[in-house]
Amino acid sequence: MSFKTFKGGVHPGDFKSATEKKPVVPAKPPAVAIIPLSQHIGAPCEPLVAVGDEVKMGQKVGDSKGFVSAPVHSSVSGKVIKIEMCNSALGRPVQAVYIENDFQDTWHEDVVPNPNWQQLEIDELKKLIREGGIVGMGGATFPTHVKVSPPPGQVIEYVLVNAAECEPYLTADHRAMLERPEDIIVGLQIVMKVVNAPKGMIGIEDNKPDAVEALKKAAANFPNIEVHALHTKYPQGAEKQLIKVFTNREVPSGGLPSMVGCVVQNPGTCIAIADMVRFGKPLIERNVTITGSGIMEPKNMLVRVGTPLEEVIEQCGGFKSNIRKMVLGGPMMGFSQPGPENQPVTKGTSGILCLTDQEVQLYDIRQCIKCAKCVDVCPVSIMPLFIGSSVEQGMYDKAEAYNAMDCIECGCCTYICPSRRPLVQWIRMSKGDIAARRAAAAAKK
Amino acid sequence: MDRKLVVSSSPHLKTTESVQSVMIDVLVALFPAALAGVIFFGAPALITMVLTTVSAMVAEAIILRQRNIFGDGSAAVAGLLLAMVLPPTVPWWLAVIGGVTAIVIGKQVFGGIGNNIFNPALVARAILMASWATHMTTWVRPVDLATAATPLALGQRAFSFTNLFVGAVPGCIGETSAFALILGAGWLFYKGHITWRIPGGFIGTVFIMGFLFGGYGGAMAMFSAGLFHVLAGGVMLGALFMATDMVTSPVTAKGQLIFGIGCGLLTMLIRIFGAFPEGVMFAILMMNALTPLIDNKTLPRKYGEVAK
Repeated sequence: MSFKTFKGGVHPGDFKSATEKKPVVPAKPPAVAIIPLSQHIGAPCEPLVAVGDEVKMGQKVGDSKGFVSAPVHSSVSGKVIKIEMCNSALGRPVQAVYIENDFQDTWHEDVVPNPNWQQLEIDELKKLIREGGIVGMGGATFPTHVKVSPPPGQVIEYVLVNAAECEPYLTADHRAMLERPEDIIVGLQIVMKVVNAPKGMIGIEDNKPDAVEALKKAAANFPNIEVHALHTKYPQGAEKQLIKVFTNREVPSGGLPSMVGCVVQNPGTCIAIADMVRFGKPLIERNVTITGSGIMEPKNMLVRVGTPLEEVIEQCGGFKSNIRKMVLGGPMMGFSQPGPENQPVTKGTSGILCLTDQEVQLYDIRQCIKCAKCVDVCPVSIMPLFIGSSVEQGMYDKAEAYNAMDCIECGCCTYICPSRRPLVQWIRMSKGDIAARRAAAAAKK
Repeated sequence: MDRKLVVSSSPHLKTTESVQSVMIDVLVALFPAALAGVIFFGAPALITMVLTTVSAMVAEAIILRQRNIFGDGSAAVAGLLLAMVLPPTVPWWLAVIGGVTAIVIGKQVFGGIGNNIFNPALVARAILMASWATHMTTWVRPVDLATAATPLALGQRAFSFTNLFVGAVPGCIGETSAFALILGAGWLFYKGHITWRIPGGFIGTVFIMGFLFGGYGGAMAMFSAGLFHVLAGGVMLGALFMATDMVTSPVTAKGQLIFGIGCGLLTMLIRIFGAFPEGVMFAILMMNALTPLIDNKTLPRKYGEVAK
């Protein structure tokens, strides 16, 4: 069975040849691990340790009482030397626990395997997922235990594994599929059990035929798990588009995938779930693709959470002299950073993309020529040109009327615009204003 | 590290296309038809094309105070398109006035590129037609440039379909050769600058109306009438290059189809029931006026639209 593709989208090109054939190599553990207390969507954690405490690897160092939250763990064993602010991908400083590594890698006592993991009840599995600090590793870092706890009454029919990795340059998930395909299937099975879904479907873009093969082999003995190659087009890995392609259902505007019977997981998250449930190992490391023409030695690395970006970059030979932009994530939706200083790899760091002078252009913004290319490529069928010009003129209510809040910020419109209009940036600006006005209106009631 | 890194909003990849590259693509697409015009109508055609294009570029460069006379290429496109819809033997001063008018009145008074409501070349043509009707309706036939009447004036039997398709008939510089126009438009389709919606709606409607109203005596005659109306006059040029002008046509898919159909309908109403033999210019200008309304009424259903 082949699936049609979704409406819109662009073909920016792969740019994956630098790293797609390189096996994941472990990064050296950091001298000082910087563990941010917020690496997820939701309430930030409070520190559970104090300066001077001895901590072990896999020990919980921060937790929160909020439901939408996830604990954070130390990725090394050593001593807490300070609890201070560090830089984060979004630009806001976050509080972090700084741990000096004793390089003993002593695991904490709580990290014990569960040999009877297949007999565990749903509630026990959810508790393990939460205690493991597992969050969505595609980049959004939504707490997984919340995602697998849909409101009562919502029946989940499909668990979809988003193995598209549609962002150019990134190959972290691709390598995970080649190197640990069975663990992805285990994680998927666990999620299917927790949400009681009869079917699991894995979607991989067809520019990764070896990964399709590997996962088909791993899933061969599981009749309720299917693996499908999907047409390569950005953003095939956008959750809403994946759901549309697999099920022909649309997530209602403002709603969640569980409302149309779907739960979507990244393959890295599946592996993390498998590791926690089977071995008691919390989320303390992840695959990261360090790539781009601005880095000396592009690599895929298994990096411990908390490793300073500077150390990872050094282990890849360092920046080239003509480096001009460093992006955390992929080139379409990643965040450009002012520098790698005082900032660690976190649970959501899928890639470090280093771009050079030739690839970074500062453009003049021109008039909209109504070419309608942005309308044609928009995967959610909103009107980027009209939202953009409304924001340009400060008319945020018009931006709302043109459905700015439904924008998935994929960047297709901005990518394709010949006038180089910063459409996504304008739409993001309007979202803040619209959300504030809606909150104020709701407060009045 | 001592280098300052650029921090900007995603996406960090951009297409290599620009307004200028799009305009250059349009000029490339117009080249076959321009060449056909010169082959058929000789030096007068070439001179007219040069005059309209240069005067348009100079007018825009002066108004926008830009050193580079080519600029973003949109003035050159407007100038060349104007020449394509002029009779080859217009006086030099009419060509120059036309080029300047297209830019000044057709585009810049609205606020420049992207803000004009009407197709600039057609605005200029309408003004020239109103001011110097005799010059604008004096036609010559190819090669020997003897005065002649156009296919639309003479009717279906005056020219073979082969001549109509290749373009060896009297008419405006760029409108006669359907073959050259289709060839050039293929480049625009390939680059994704135009879709089938506007030209398809336009040409399809012209054909259907010609089929229904133009022929007498059986299916073959009706079919010929439909084909005649598509090939004669400015329908091919209008449908492929004028109606598809990005700034003045709708941005929505449904809107583009409605726009194309409307152009075809109005063209045929003018041709069949109106005083003018050719209706393409007025049809497109009228549909240009309706474009903002069409856009507003054809906004697409967004992903996840909750039915009310």
